Amino acid sequence: MHSNNHLPEPILWLQLIAVCMIAIGLYLIAMVISNRRFRKSWSIWKTLSFGIGVVFIFSAIIGPYAINAHSDFYAHMTNHLLLGMLAPILIAFASPVTLFLRVLNVKTARRVTEWMKSWPILLLTHPLVAALLSVGGLWILYTTSLYALMQQNVLLHMFVHVHVFIASYLFTISIISFDYLPHQWSFRFRSIVLLLALAAHGILSKYLYAHPPEGVSRIGAEKGSMLMYYGGDASEILLILIFCTQWYKSTKPRVSTSTHSFV
Amino acid sequence: MEKTSKHVKASLTNYSSRNLWGGFLFGLGVVAFIDETVFHQLLHWHHFYDKSTTDIGLVSDGLFHAFSWFATIGSSFMLADLHRRHAFVLKRWIGGALLGGGTFQLYDGTIQHKLMQIHQIRYNVDITPYDVVWNITALGMIIAAYFLLKNTNIRTEEHHAFK
Repeated sequence: MHSNNHLPEPILWLQLIAVCMIAIGLYLIAMVISNRRFRKSWSIWKTLSFGIGVVFIFSAIIGPYAINAHSDFYAHMTNHLLLGMLAPILIAFASPVTLFLRVLNVKTARRVTEWMKSWPILLLTHPLVAALLSVGGLWILYTTSLYALMQQNVLLHMFVHVHVFIASYLFTISIISFDYLPHQWSFRFRSIVLLLALAAHGILSKYLYAHPPEGVSRIGAEKGSMLMYYGGDASEILLILIFCTQWYKSTKPRVSTSTHSFV
Repeated sequence: MEKTSKHVKASLTNYSSRNLWGGFLFGLGVVAFIDETVFHQLLHWHHFYDKSTTDIGLVSDGLFHAFSWFATIGSSFMLADLHRRHAFVLKRWIGGALLGGGTFQLYDGTIQHKLMQIHQIRYNVDITPYDVVWNITALGMIIAAYFLLKNTNIRTEEHHAFK
Protein backbone atom coordinates (compact mmCIF):
# COMPACT_ATOMS: atom_id res chain seq x y z
CA MET A 1 0.00 0.00 0.00
CA HIS A 2 2.79 2.32 0.91
CA SER A 3 4.81 1.69 -2.23
CA ASN A 4 1.69 2.43 -4.24
CA ASN A 5 1.49 5.89 -2.77
CA HIS A 6 5.15 6.55 -3.33
CA LEU A 7 5.13 5.54 -6.98
CA PRO A 8 4.14 8.85 -8.57
CA GLU A 9 6.46 10.86 -6.37
CA PRO A 10 9.67 10.85 -8.47
CA ILE A 11 7.73 12.41 -11.35
CA LEU A 12 6.19 14.90 -8.94
CA TRP A 13 9.65 15.77 -7.64
CA LEU A 14 10.95 16.48 -11.12
CA GLN A 15 7.98 18.72 -11.77
CA LEU A 16 8.57 20.52 -8.48
CA ILE A 17 12.26 21.02 -9.22
CA ALA A 18 11.24 22.49 -12.57
CA VAL A 19 8.81 24.89 -10.87
CA CYS A 20 11.56 25.88 -8.45
CA MET A 21 14.01 26.63 -11.30
CA ILE A 22 11.36 28.57 -13.22
CA ALA A 23 10.54 30.72 -10.17
CA ILE A 24 14.19 31.62 -9.61
CA GLY A 25 14.73 32.10 -13.36
CA LEU A 26 11.79 34.50 -13.68
CA TYR A 27 13.00 36.50 -10.72
CA LEU A 28 16.49 36.79 -12.24
CA ILE A 29 15.11 37.85 -15.62
CA ALA A 30 12.93 40.46 -13.91
CA MET A 31 15.96 41.71 -12.02
CA VAL A 32 17.95 42.12 -15.25
CA ILE A 33 15.10 43.99 -16.97
CA SER A 34 14.61 46.20 -13.92
CA ASN A 35 18.33 47.00 -13.74
CA ARG A 36 18.31 48.06 -17.39
CA ARG A 37 15.29 50.29 -16.89
CA PHE A 38 16.12 51.95 -13.58
CA ARG A 39 19.27 53.71 -12.53
CA LYS A 40 19.13 52.20 -9.06
CA SER A 41 19.87 48.51 -9.39
CA TRP A 42 17.80 45.87 -7.65
CA SER A 43 19.26 44.76 -4.30
CA ILE A 44 21.43 41.66 -4.54
CA TRP A 45 20.32 40.76 -0.99
CA LYS A 46 16.72 40.61 -2.10
CA THR A 47 17.67 38.32 -4.97
CA LEU A 48 19.68 36.11 -2.63
CA SER A 49 16.82 36.05 -0.15
CA PHE A 50 14.41 34.97 -2.86
CA GLY A 51 16.71 32.16 -3.96
CA ILE A 52 17.18 30.82 -0.43
CA GLY A 53 13.47 31.15 0.27
CA VAL A 54 12.53 29.14 -2.83
CA VAL A 55 15.11 26.48 -2.01
CA PHE A 56 13.68 26.26 1.54
CA ILE A 57 10.16 25.78 0.19
CA PHE A 58 11.09 23.07 -2.22
CA SER A 59 13.49 21.29 0.08
CA ALA A 60 10.69 21.17 2.65
CA ILE A 61 8.45 19.50 0.09
CA ILE A 62 10.88 17.25 -1.76
CA GLY A 63 14.09 17.15 0.26
CA PRO A 64 15.41 14.28 2.37
CA TYR A 65 13.41 15.46 5.34
CA ALA A 66 10.20 15.21 3.37
CA ILE A 67 10.74 11.49 2.93
CA ASN A 68 11.05 10.92 6.67
CA ALA A 69 8.21 13.28 7.41
CA HIS A 70 5.71 10.61 6.43
CA SER A 71 6.61 8.65 9.51
CA ASP A 72 8.42 11.14 11.70
CA PHE A 73 6.61 14.03 13.32
CA TYR A 74 9.89 15.75 14.21
CA ALA A 75 10.99 15.78 10.56
CA HIS A 76 7.53 17.00 9.57
CA MET A 77 7.91 19.88 12.01
CA THR A 78 11.34 20.76 10.60
CA ASN A 79 9.69 21.10 7.20
CA HIS A 80 6.95 23.27 8.58
CA LEU A 81 9.50 25.52 10.22
CA LEU A 82 11.18 26.07 6.84
CA LEU A 83 7.92 26.33 4.95
CA GLY A 84 5.77 28.29 7.36
CA MET A 85 8.20 30.53 9.18
CA LEU A 86 11.55 31.10 7.47
CA ALA A 87 10.61 30.95 3.78
CA PRO A 88 7.76 33.51 4.09
CA ILE A 89 10.06 36.05 5.76
CA LEU A 90 12.75 35.52 3.10
CA ILE A 91 10.28 35.81 0.22
CA ALA A 92 8.58 38.84 1.78
CA PHE A 93 11.97 40.55 2.03
CA ALA A 94 12.63 39.70 -1.63
CA SER A 95 9.62 41.91 -2.55
CA PRO A 96 8.47 39.99 -5.65
CA VAL A 97 5.47 42.29 -6.24
CA THR A 98 7.61 45.42 -6.36
CA LEU A 99 10.02 43.75 -8.77
CA PHE A 100 7.12 42.57 -10.91
CA LEU A 101 5.69 46.10 -11.04
CA ARG A 102 9.08 47.49 -12.06
CA VAL A 103 9.27 45.36 -15.20
CA LEU A 104 5.75 46.17 -16.40
CA ASN A 105 4.96 49.22 -18.47
CA VAL A 106 3.29 52.04 -16.58
CA LYS A 107 -0.19 51.33 -17.90
CA THR A 108 -0.17 47.63 -17.00
CA ALA A 109 1.51 48.30 -13.66
CA ARG A 110 -1.28 50.75 -12.83
CA ARG A 111 -3.87 48.13 -13.73
CA VAL A 112 -2.16 45.62 -11.44
CA THR A 113 -2.04 48.03 -8.51
CA GLU A 114 -5.73 48.84 -9.10
CA TRP A 115 -6.50 45.13 -9.05
CA MET A 116 -4.57 44.77 -5.79
CA LYS A 117 -6.95 47.26 -4.20
CA SER A 118 -9.90 44.95 -4.85
CA TRP A 119 -11.69 43.51 -1.85
CA PRO A 120 -10.52 39.89 -2.14
CA ILE A 121 -6.88 41.00 -1.90
CA LEU A 122 -7.67 43.42 0.92
CA LEU A 123 -9.46 40.62 2.74
CA LEU A 124 -6.68 38.05 2.29
CA THR A 125 -3.99 40.48 3.43
CA HIS A 126 -6.02 41.63 6.44
CA PRO A 127 -3.87 40.68 9.48
CA LEU A 128 -6.73 38.94 11.29
CA VAL A 129 -7.85 36.92 8.26
CA ALA A 130 -4.28 35.93 7.43
CA ALA A 131 -3.62 34.95 11.05
CA LEU A 132 -6.74 32.78 11.09
CA LEU A 133 -5.76 31.16 7.80
CA SER A 134 -2.26 30.32 8.96
CA VAL A 135 -2.45 29.54 12.69
CA GLY A 136 -6.11 28.46 12.48
CA GLY A 137 -5.09 26.13 9.66
CA LEU A 138 -2.45 24.57 11.89
CA TRP A 139 -5.01 23.95 14.63
CA ILE A 140 -7.25 22.17 12.12
CA LEU A 141 -4.32 20.19 10.71
CA TYR A 142 -3.10 18.82 14.03
CA THR A 143 -6.26 18.47 16.08
CA THR A 144 -8.41 16.71 13.47
CA SER A 145 -7.71 13.60 11.43
CA LEU A 146 -6.36 15.75 8.58
CA TYR A 147 -2.76 15.05 9.60
CA ALA A 148 -3.33 11.27 9.37
CA LEU A 149 -5.20 11.69 6.06
CA MET A 150 -2.45 13.73 4.43
CA GLN A 151 0.04 10.91 5.12
CA GLN A 152 -2.10 8.65 2.93
CA ASN A 153 -2.60 10.96 -0.01
CA VAL A 154 0.19 12.60 -1.98
CA LEU A 155 -2.02 15.32 -3.45
CA LEU A 156 -3.52 16.22 -0.09
CA HIS A 157 -0.01 16.26 1.33
CA MET A 158 1.05 18.71 -1.36
CA PHE A 159 -2.05 20.84 -0.82
CA VAL A 160 -1.37 21.14 2.91
CA HIS A 161 2.23 22.18 2.25
CA VAL A 162 1.22 24.79 -0.30
CA HIS A 163 -1.49 26.09 2.03
CA VAL A 164 0.97 26.38 4.92
CA PHE A 165 3.32 28.43 2.80
CA ILE A 166 0.71 30.71 1.20
CA ALA A 167 -1.16 31.37 4.44
CA SER A 168 2.08 32.10 6.32
CA TYR A 169 3.26 34.34 3.51
CA LEU A 170 0.01 36.35 3.59
CA PHE A 171 0.33 36.66 7.35
CA THR A 172 3.96 37.79 7.08
CA ILE A 173 3.23 40.51 4.51
CA SER A 174 0.22 41.68 6.52
CA ILE A 175 2.50 42.25 9.54
CA ILE A 176 5.82 43.45 8.10
CA SER A 177 6.12 45.66 5.05
CA PHE A 178 8.95 45.25 2.58
CA ASP A 179 6.86 44.83 -0.52
CA TYR A 180 4.11 46.85 -2.19
CA LEU A 181 0.80 46.39 -0.39
CA PRO A 182 -2.09 48.83 -1.01
CA HIS A 183 -3.26 48.95 2.57
CA GLN A 184 -1.15 48.48 5.68
CA TRP A 185 -2.89 48.52 9.06
CA SER A 186 -1.69 50.60 12.02
CA PHE A 187 1.28 49.37 14.05
CA ARG A 188 -0.91 49.06 17.14
CA PHE A 189 -3.48 46.82 15.44
CA ARG A 190 -0.80 44.73 13.77
CA SER A 191 1.06 44.27 17.06
CA ILE A 192 -2.10 42.97 18.77
CA VAL A 193 -2.78 40.49 15.95
CA LEU A 194 0.86 39.40 15.91
CA LEU A 195 0.78 38.84 19.66
CA LEU A 196 -2.41 36.75 19.46
CA ALA A 197 -1.07 34.70 16.55
CA LEU A 198 2.20 33.99 18.38
CA ALA A 199 0.27 32.98 21.49
CA ALA A 200 -2.04 30.67 19.51
CA HIS A 201 1.03 29.07 17.95
CA GLY A 202 2.69 28.54 21.35
CA ILE A 203 -0.50 27.17 22.91
CA LEU A 204 -0.93 24.70 20.05
CA SER A 205 2.64 23.43 20.45
CA LYS A 206 2.17 22.80 24.17
CA TYR A 207 -1.22 21.22 23.54
CA LEU A 208 0.35 18.79 21.02
CA TYR A 209 2.94 17.80 23.62
CA ALA A 210 0.20 16.15 25.64
CA HIS A 211 -2.26 15.39 22.82
CA PRO A 212 -0.41 13.78 19.88
CA PRO A 213 -2.10 14.13 16.46
CA GLU A 214 -3.71 10.97 15.10
CA GLY A 215 -1.08 8.38 14.18
CA VAL A 216 1.80 10.12 15.98
CA SER A 217 3.60 8.38 18.83
CA ARG A 218 3.87 10.03 22.25
CA ILE A 219 7.65 10.46 21.96
CA GLY A 220 7.30 11.76 18.40
CA ALA A 221 4.72 14.31 19.54
CA GLU A 222 6.89 15.44 22.45
CA LYS A 223 9.95 15.98 20.24
CA GLY A 224 7.96 17.59 17.45
CA SER A 225 5.99 19.92 19.69
CA MET A 226 9.12 21.15 21.46
CA LEU A 227 10.70 21.90 18.10
CA MET A 228 7.50 23.73 17.11
CA TYR A 229 7.65 25.72 20.36
CA TYR A 230 11.34 26.70 20.41
CA GLY A 231 11.83 26.83 16.65
CA GLY A 232 8.71 28.97 16.51
CA ASP A 233 10.21 31.26 19.14
CA ALA A 234 13.39 31.71 17.14
CA SER A 235 11.63 32.75 13.95
CA GLU A 236 9.14 34.85 15.91
CA ILE A 237 12.05 36.86 17.32
CA LEU A 238 13.11 37.59 13.75
CA LEU A 239 9.58 38.69 12.84
CA ILE A 240 9.25 40.89 15.95
CA LEU A 241 12.69 42.46 15.33
CA ILE A 242 11.74 43.39 11.78
CA PHE A 243 8.35 44.70 12.93
CA CYS A 244 9.92 46.85 15.67
CA THR A 245 12.63 48.16 13.34
CA GLN A 246 9.93 49.28 10.93
CA TRP A 247 8.03 50.96 13.78
CA TYR A 248 11.23 52.68 14.94
CA LYS A 249 11.93 54.03 11.46
CA SER A 250 8.35 55.20 10.96
CA THR A 251 8.16 57.18 14.23
CA LYS A 252 11.42 59.00 13.58
CA PRO A 253 10.89 62.60 14.69
CA ARG A 254 10.80 64.94 11.69
CA VAL A 255 13.06 67.49 13.34
CA SER A 256 15.38 65.50 15.55
CA THR A 257 14.16 67.30 18.72
CA SER A 258 16.23 69.72 20.77
CA THR A 259 19.69 69.12 19.31
CA HIS A 260 18.43 70.08 15.88
CA SER A 261 16.36 73.07 16.95
CA PHE A 262 19.26 75.13 18.18
CA VAL A 263 21.90 74.21 15.67
CA MET B 1 20.19 77.92 26.63
CA GLU B 2 16.99 78.92 28.44
CA LYS B 3 15.04 77.75 25.42
CA THR B 4 16.72 74.34 25.40
CA SER B 5 16.00 73.47 29.01
CA LYS B 6 12.37 74.42 28.48
CA HIS B 7 12.24 72.19 25.43
CA VAL B 8 13.79 69.27 27.30
CA LYS B 9 11.37 69.69 30.20
CA ALA B 10 8.39 69.79 27.90
CA SER B 11 9.46 66.51 26.33
CA LEU B 12 10.00 65.01 29.79
CA THR B 13 6.36 65.55 30.66
CA ASN B 14 5.17 64.40 27.26
CA TYR B 15 7.09 61.16 27.39
CA SER B 16 6.65 60.45 31.09
CA SER B 17 4.15 57.67 30.47
CA ARG B 18 6.26 56.21 27.68
CA ASN B 19 9.13 55.93 30.19
CA LEU B 20 6.82 54.12 32.62
CA TRP B 21 5.30 51.73 30.09
CA GLY B 22 8.56 51.10 28.26
CA GLY B 23 10.10 50.14 31.59
CA PHE B 24 7.03 48.07 32.51
CA LEU B 25 7.27 45.99 29.34
CA PHE B 26 11.00 45.57 29.77
CA GLY B 27 10.67 44.41 33.39
CA LEU B 28 7.93 41.94 32.47
CA GLY B 29 9.98 40.58 29.61
CA VAL B 30 13.14 40.22 31.68
CA VAL B 31 11.40 38.38 34.52
CA ALA B 32 9.73 36.04 32.03
CA PHE B 33 13.09 35.53 30.34
CA ILE B 34 14.83 34.68 33.65
CA ASP B 35 11.97 32.31 34.45
CA GLU B 36 12.36 30.61 31.08
CA THR B 37 16.16 30.34 30.90
CA VAL B 38 17.28 29.96 34.52
CA PHE B 39 14.49 27.83 35.96
CA HIS B 40 13.41 25.87 32.87
CA GLN B 41 16.57 25.47 30.82
CA LEU B 42 19.48 25.67 33.25
CA LEU B 43 18.20 24.33 36.57
CA HIS B 44 15.44 22.16 35.07
CA TRP B 45 13.32 22.97 38.11
CA HIS B 46 10.22 23.71 36.06
CA HIS B 47 8.71 21.33 33.55
CA PHE B 48 7.87 22.13 29.93
CA TYR B 49 4.40 20.77 30.44
CA ASP B 50 2.98 19.56 33.72
CA LYS B 51 0.19 17.02 33.25
CA SER B 52 -2.01 18.81 35.78
CA THR B 53 -2.13 21.97 33.65
CA THR B 54 -5.67 23.20 33.00
CA ASP B 55 -6.77 24.46 29.59
CA ILE B 56 -7.08 28.02 30.82
CA GLY B 57 -3.59 27.66 32.30
CA LEU B 58 -2.25 26.66 28.90
CA VAL B 59 -3.86 29.71 27.30
CA SER B 60 -2.56 32.04 29.99
CA ASP B 61 0.94 30.59 29.72
CA GLY B 62 0.92 30.88 25.92
CA LEU B 63 -0.27 34.47 25.98
CA PHE B 64 2.33 35.49 28.53
CA HIS B 65 5.09 33.67 26.71
CA ALA B 66 4.32 35.45 23.43
CA PHE B 67 3.82 38.74 25.25
CA SER B 68 7.18 38.49 27.00
CA TRP B 69 9.10 38.08 23.75
CA PHE B 70 7.28 40.98 22.24
CA ALA B 71 7.65 43.11 25.38
CA THR B 72 11.40 42.61 25.68
CA ILE B 73 12.14 43.45 22.05
CA GLY B 74 9.48 46.16 21.74
CA SER B 75 10.56 47.94 24.92
CA SER B 76 14.19 48.02 23.77
CA PHE B 77 13.06 49.89 20.68
CA MET B 78 10.94 52.21 22.86
CA LEU B 79 14.04 52.87 24.96
CA ALA B 80 16.02 53.76 21.84
CA ASP B 81 13.15 56.03 20.76
CA LEU B 82 13.16 57.83 24.15
CA HIS B 83 16.91 58.42 23.85
CA ARG B 84 16.47 59.69 20.31
CA ARG B 85 13.96 62.22 21.64
CA HIS B 86 16.13 63.09 24.68
CA ALA B 87 13.18 62.15 26.84
CA PHE B 88 14.62 59.28 28.85
CA VAL B 89 14.10 59.46 32.64
CA LEU B 90 16.12 56.65 34.23
CA LYS B 91 14.34 56.56 37.59
CA ARG B 92 10.87 56.51 36.11
CA TRP B 93 11.90 53.83 33.60
CA ILE B 94 13.38 51.66 36.37
CA GLY B 95 10.21 52.21 38.41
CA GLY B 96 8.21 50.96 35.45
CA ALA B 97 10.55 47.98 35.03
CA LEU B 98 10.19 46.96 38.69
CA LEU B 99 6.42 47.32 38.46
CA GLY B 100 6.24 45.18 35.31
CA GLY B 101 8.61 42.54 36.65
CA GLY B 102 6.98 42.43 40.08
CA THR B 103 3.45 42.24 38.70
CA PHE B 104 4.33 39.41 36.35
CA GLN B 105 6.18 37.48 39.04
CA LEU B 106 3.30 37.86 41.48
CA TYR B 107 0.80 36.76 38.81
CA ASP B 108 3.03 33.82 37.91
CA GLY B 109 3.59 32.84 41.54
CA THR B 110 -0.03 33.05 42.65
CA ILE B 111 -2.47 32.62 39.76
CA GLN B 112 -0.38 30.61 37.28
CA HIS B 113 1.44 28.33 39.73
CA LYS B 114 -1.23 27.89 42.39
CA LEU B 115 -4.65 28.56 40.85
CA MET B 116 -4.10 27.28 37.31
CA GLN B 117 -1.45 24.73 38.33
CA ILE B 118 0.60 25.30 35.16
CA HIS B 119 3.72 24.05 36.92
CA GLN B 120 5.46 24.43 40.28
CA ILE B 121 8.75 26.18 41.00
CA ARG B 122 10.44 22.90 41.90
CA TYR B 123 9.43 19.29 42.19
CA ASN B 124 9.98 16.65 44.90
CA VAL B 125 10.80 19.21 47.58
CA ASP B 126 8.77 21.13 50.16
CA ILE B 127 7.44 23.90 47.94
CA THR B 128 6.42 26.38 50.66
CA PRO B 129 9.75 28.24 51.17
CA TYR B 130 10.15 28.55 47.38
CA ASP B 131 6.68 30.02 47.02
CA VAL B 132 7.27 32.45 49.91
CA VAL B 133 10.59 33.72 48.52
CA TRP B 134 9.11 33.97 45.01
CA ASN B 135 6.10 36.02 46.02
CA ILE B 136 7.88 38.20 48.59
CA THR B 137 10.48 39.15 45.96
CA ALA B 138 7.58 40.10 43.69
CA LEU B 139 5.94 42.24 46.38
CA GLY B 140 9.29 43.89 47.17
CA MET B 141 9.68 44.88 43.51
CA ILE B 142 6.19 46.35 43.40
CA ILE B 143 6.75 48.36 46.60
CA ALA B 144 10.10 49.70 45.31
CA ALA B 145 8.35 50.59 42.05
CA TYR B 146 5.65 52.48 43.94
CA PHE B 147 8.19 54.76 45.62
CA LEU B 148 10.22 55.35 42.46
CA LEU B 149 7.14 56.17 40.42
CA LYS B 150 5.70 58.41 43.12
CA ASN B 151 9.00 60.24 43.29
CA THR B 152 9.29 60.81 39.57
CA ASN B 153 5.63 61.73 39.31
CA ILE B 154 6.05 64.69 41.71
CA ARG B 155 8.95 65.83 39.57
CA THR B 156 6.81 65.95 36.46
CA GLU B 157 4.12 67.84 38.37
CA GLU B 158 6.80 70.38 39.28
CA HIS B 159 7.47 70.78 35.61
CA HIS B 160 3.82 71.52 35.09
CA ALA B 161 3.99 74.19 37.80
CA PHE B 162 7.19 75.53 36.30
CA LYS B 163 5.55 76.00 32.97
